[in-house]
Amino acid sequence: MSVKLPIYMDNNATTRVDPRVLEAMLPYFTENFGNAASRNHSFGWEAEDATKVARKQIADLIGADSKEIIFTSGATESNNLAIFGAARMYADQGKHIISAIHEHKAVLDPCKRLAREGYDVTWLEPGRDGIIRAEQIAQAIRPDTILVSIMWANNEIGTINEIEKIGAVCKEKGVLFHTDGTQAVGKIPVDVEKAGVDLLSGSGHKIYGPKGVGFLYVRRRKPRVRLTPILEGGGHERGMRSGTLNVPGIVGLGKACELCQQEMAEESARLIKLRDKLIHGITSQLDTAVLNGHPTQRLPHTANISFPYVEGESLMMAMKEVAVSSGSACTSASLEPSYVLKALGLGDELAHSSIRFGLGRFTTEEEIDYVIDKAVTSVQHLLAMSPLYEMFKEGIDLSKVEWAAH
Amino acid sequence: MAYSDKVIDHYERPRNVGTLDKNAPDVGTGVVGAPECGDVMRLQIKVDEKTGKIIDAKFKTFGCGSAIASSSLATEWLKGKSLEEAEAIKNTQIVQELSLPPVKIHCSVLAEDAIKAAIHDYEHKRGIHHDGDEEHDDHKRAGSTLAGQAQLAQELARNK
Repeated sequence: MSVKLPIYMDNNATTRVDPRVLEAMLPYFTENFGNAASRNHSFGWEAEDATKVARKQIADLIGADSKEIIFTSGATESNNLAIFGAARMYADQGKHIISAIHEHKAVLDPCKRLAREGYDVTWLEPGRDGIIRAEQIAQAIRPDTILVSIMWANNEIGTINEIEKIGAVCKEKGVLFHTDGTQAVGKIPVDVEKAGVDLLSGSGHKIYGPKGVGFLYVRRRKPRVRLTPILEGGGHERGMRSGTLNVPGIVGLGKACELCQQEMAEESARLIKLRDKLIHGITSQLDTAVLNGHPTQRLPHTANISFPYVEGESLMMAMKEVAVSSGSACTSASLEPSYVLKALGLGDELAHSSIRFGLGRFTTEEEIDYVIDKAVTSVQHLLAMSPLYEMFKEGIDLSKVEWAAH
Repeated sequence: MAYSDKVIDHYERPRNVGTLDKNAPDVGTGVVGAPECGDVMRLQIKVDEKTGKIIDAKFKTFGCGSAIASSSLATEWLKGKSLEEAEAIKNTQIVQELSLPPVKIHCSVLAEDAIKAAIHDYEHKRGIHHDGDEEHDDHKRAGSTLAGQAQLAQELARNK
């Protein structure tokens, strides 16, 4: 078995730029370097034309109209613009926002800031399977609710929320619906019309495009959504986001979206097969390992697995040739506890570490086989050394032991 | 994180992983640390009652690579030592041997504590008491000497 090490399996964090994307971008650094806002010469027109193509490529991928795409620097900015922009624009209609405790920080932190500024935020909690359901939204909506922000799919555990149903609830109640689509766009079918989404955030570098570019979908019809801008200065992007357009980045983002649309069906089928092989390969050989989140209602490329009685840093040390992301539920010196896993109720358990396996377009079956083997042998090595595992096997309830903490 | 070669060696080929009968009169057990702190170390010694020397040592550790290496090294050093010599092992010697960085010094402290706890457990079984030792229930008090942890765990198991 010849596998090139290290193996990259952290595609929820970022992805490699697809060579076809890079190729599309390159001319826009050199020959076609114009400012898309220059209206009176061909350099500017070429640049603007390129951004128009990209707008169409993005809009086609998510079932939107080109005019509804606002370019940003990435999904963090998109989330900030959607939340602050809507909250400030519609403050006279109410100051209540609904979100969830296991959203990405780029949603949590803007909502927390608004809460400090006098808005009221309802934080929904997912079930053990990690999913936010439409009835939770229906119950939380009040007459003064102006915005619901629930991510399409979770970045740590990969579970997919009930987006279409949530969209329907929001439509019925006349509340704006923002969704952070960073992990979902390009990976699973996303249709803003079908899902009743009013605002959707997306990012280039999660879909084999470049870093530093993203978009916000802003609905123009039924209803026409208006946002108070964060950045002012020139009135670009329908006044919602001033600043010279990152033309090469935008061209790359557009191309990345086009490729995702063309290859999604085939790619997701391939990744689901590999993901399930990974999950089964690990959990069938390690009776302690547990898949986090819903077993099937999840992204094709994401699996998050907990390994009880094994400490996170030592597991990372064992897995050093495999680039994965770790979240630990224990507060060891170097690993922060994962608030997402805690939201699932996993924080109650005393000692376990978790790994997020993020597969991608360039993941091979040989790599999956290697990672299964590496994870299983590493965990077995550590379980054989773990006093906690031995106590567990003796039937001792670890939560009842009075540990003497240092 | 850059681990020293010695830490990696002990981590990959840990010496003396295992379990001795904690109820045997010639075995001393020390359990230190807590899962929520990310480290639990269990160190056991088997003592030759005639010579008073440690003839076997085993460990199991839940913790980072440095914690595993510190306890693995401790078991190597314990074998063949008298209880007095064992008690004299200092965490700084472990730090030096394994080239532990400052953030990992607590791992060596834990190993020293585990050695002492195992010795005290053995002495407790033999009816030897030190100044300041309290009777019976003191092991249930958080922060006390941890020699009784193994028995406590066993009691809990029995009560199930």
